Amino acid sequence: MGQQKNLDGYVGFASLPNQVYRKSVKRGFEFTLMVVGESGLGKSTLINSLFLTDLYSAEYPGPSHRIKKTVQVEQSKVLIKEGGVQLLLTIVDTPGFGDAVDNSNCWQPIIDHIDSKFEDYLNSESRVNRRQMPDSRIHCCLYFIAPSGHGLKPLDIEFMKRLHEKVNVIPLIAKADTLTPEECQQFKKQIMREIQEHKIKIYEFPETDDEEENRLVKKIKDKLPLAVVGSNTIIEVNGKRVRGRQYPWGVAEVENSDHCDFTILRDMLIRTHMQDLKDVTNNVHYENYRSRKLAAVTYNGVDNNKAKGQLSTKSPLAQMEEERREHVTKMKKMEMEMEQVFEMKVKEKVQKLKDSEAELQRRHEQMKKNLEAQHKELEEKRRVFEDERSNWELQQRLEQQKMEASRTLEKNKKKGKIF
Amino acid sequence: CKRKVISAKPHHPSPQGKGEKSHGGDFSYVGIDAILEQMRRKAMKQGFELNLMVVGQSGLGKSTLMNTLFKSKVSRNKSVQSNPEERIPKTVEIKSISHDIEEKGVRMKLTVIDTPGFGDQINNENCWQPIMKFINDQYEAYLQEEININRKKRIPDSRVHCCIYFIPPTGHCLRPLDVEFMRRLSKVVNIVPVIAKADTLTLEERDSFKQTIREELRANGIDVYPQKEFDEDAEDRMINDKIREMIPFAVVGSDQEYQVNGKRLLGRKTKWGTIEVENIAHCEFAYLRDLLIRTHMQNIKDITGSIHYETYRVRRLNESNGQANGVAAQHEALSHEM
Repeated sequence: MGQQKNLDGYVGFASLPNQVYRKSVKRGFEFTLMVVGESGLGKSTLINSLFLTDLYSAEYPGPSHRIKKTVQVEQSKVLIKEGGVQLLLTIVDTPGFGDAVDNSNCWQPIIDHIDSKFEDYLNSESRVNRRQMPDSRIHCCLYFIAPSGHGLKPLDIEFMKRLHEKVNVIPLIAKADTLTPEECQQFKKQIMREIQEHKIKIYEFPETDDEEENRLVKKIKDKLPLAVVGSNTIIEVNGKRVRGRQYPWGVAEVENSDHCDFTILRDMLIRTHMQDLKDVTNNVHYENYRSRKLAAVTYNGVDNNKAKGQLSTKSPLAQMEEERREHVTKMKKMEMEMEQVFEMKVKEKVQKLKDSEAELQRRHEQMKKNLEAQHKELEEKRRVFEDERSNWELQQRLEQQKMEASRTLEKNKKKGKIF
Repeated sequence: CKRKVISAKPHHPSPQGKGEKSHGGDFSYVGIDAILEQMRRKAMKQGFELNLMVVGQSGLGKSTLMNTLFKSKVSRNKSVQSNPEERIPKTVEIKSISHDIEEKGVRMKLTVIDTPGFGDQINNENCWQPIMKFINDQYEAYLQEEININRKKRIPDSRVHCCIYFIPPTGHCLRPLDVEFMRRLSKVVNIVPVIAKADTLTLEERDSFKQTIREELRANGIDVYPQKEFDEDAEDRMINDKIREMIPFAVVGSDQEYQVNGKRLLGRKTKWGTIEVENIAHCEFAYLRDLLIRTHMQNIKDITGSIHYETYRVRRLNESNGQANGVAAQHEALSHEM
């Protein structure tokens, strides 16, 4: 270990954290969160409350609205931006967990999912070209315990025992507004006792050198497991607008630390310990997986891994060659696909043009017909008009003649009378 | 032949006391209605029996609700400082506790049948079987007493009159386990479903949850108490229709008293308010209590005796007619049928 030296002047490497900060901000962050629990425990509501987004809304209802026959693993991604920092958040939901009559092995699909994510990461880590390594490993698993007030159910214990070595497990008491403060205290003690009894290793908050932080951490540790209430509806209480649940006997406020531990969970998960969760996933759980996987290979001498994740013993050059070939074939395939798509589009366009041409032709015909019809109509009208006119002229002449005749008659009469 | 109908004049009880015939000057009074008084006296001497079964996952407040209903600790001993050794039993157990309680001279033998371990395992397949076996065993015991040559004057009634099923307040829909259980048991016993721990639902959530439950019950053909087909007349139907609009009742139980507005009430105290158990604006416990105890208790017992028990009896007697085997073999066949 080197000796600690005091500097005489300002060198400037104190700005390293800033550089890291700027780079991270540019790169953006990723975080994958898994929620597990029986349906109806408020998982979707809690996720919506934590990240203040409508991940599950009326148009895209959460998986819990449909009871599933088998356990499914569903992923939803959302990109959140705040203060110039962007977070790609992936929520992994597990609808159907614990809902069936027979729930044996309902944890198996979840374990398989976590392992497959580790496997993907292991493969991408072993490639020669590692420019892009998307990290889709599960960083944290929130396990929802039903607020029975008695203790853990056999299913809870089984699940946590199988998953505590693979992922950071954070147990939560769901729908905590159903417990009075005394019942909550009792329940928490009982749960922690059972967790210790079964030697379940839930996520541990790291000790730091900072005295202040240690106090905060100790406060959190005393309140484990956290009792949470989720809500997205905003209610007015004493003139303030708060998130909460409205009951006939009062309003349970989500962000009031007297009412529930939601703020502690949010601060811990997002504001203070997100990076630590990722680090523990990377350094502990992933390394466990990796060493187990690789030990299996070397112990047997035969490549036990599936064809997809082959760790060959070829030289890097040969591997590079292989990767290049792979890449080239992939490109060719993409090119072919694109050409196909292009041809299809061209055909579509041509067809469309033909169609519009035919349409125009038809319209042209139609218009001509209309015009002719109008022409005929006008002719007809004109004829009628001519007829009328000649009739009228005839009549006029007749009238005139009559008038003449009557006038001459008058004249004659007058003449006659005079005589 | 013609029968004359003598209409008795209405009998107004004289101020000296109930049940005393007025001796003075009422010659057209026969006294038929005094039979009500005689029945009442006899019933009070005999006392009543009520057997309630509570079914639901552990932690839904079954014991607390029983204690609240009968205002005393009638449920199995669930001490608050539970020792860590108290485990969820591996199979469904049936625990039956009887109490003799008395109110205003009326005695009642109340039996609360608890079913710890129901729905608590990882694999809950067939967890309803022990319960169905128990119910049928009670019917069997009663049947055996009935077909005795020397019958007892009053056969002790251990048949389950009513089964209260606790639905967890998920707010979404019934779970497969709930549907399975209620489907099978609504055929042998009166089921009253309730939403447990209803203080976790807001009023809107409660209404939509109830609607979903009612639809699912209808869709699965589950007939809960009060059953539509057993309504005797229009008046019954009206009252029962109102009840049917409200099931399942959203209940909250508590055996602790708090001071609210100068009164001591049963309730639950949280940081944001106190939930009053008997306040119908808060929860529907009062409706459940009225249904079970104050208005429909006799009706529940009648339906158990005249319909569910009779169905069982007919089945058993048909079987014993059809087969020449012993009673034991038939009993086995019955339990396999479930």
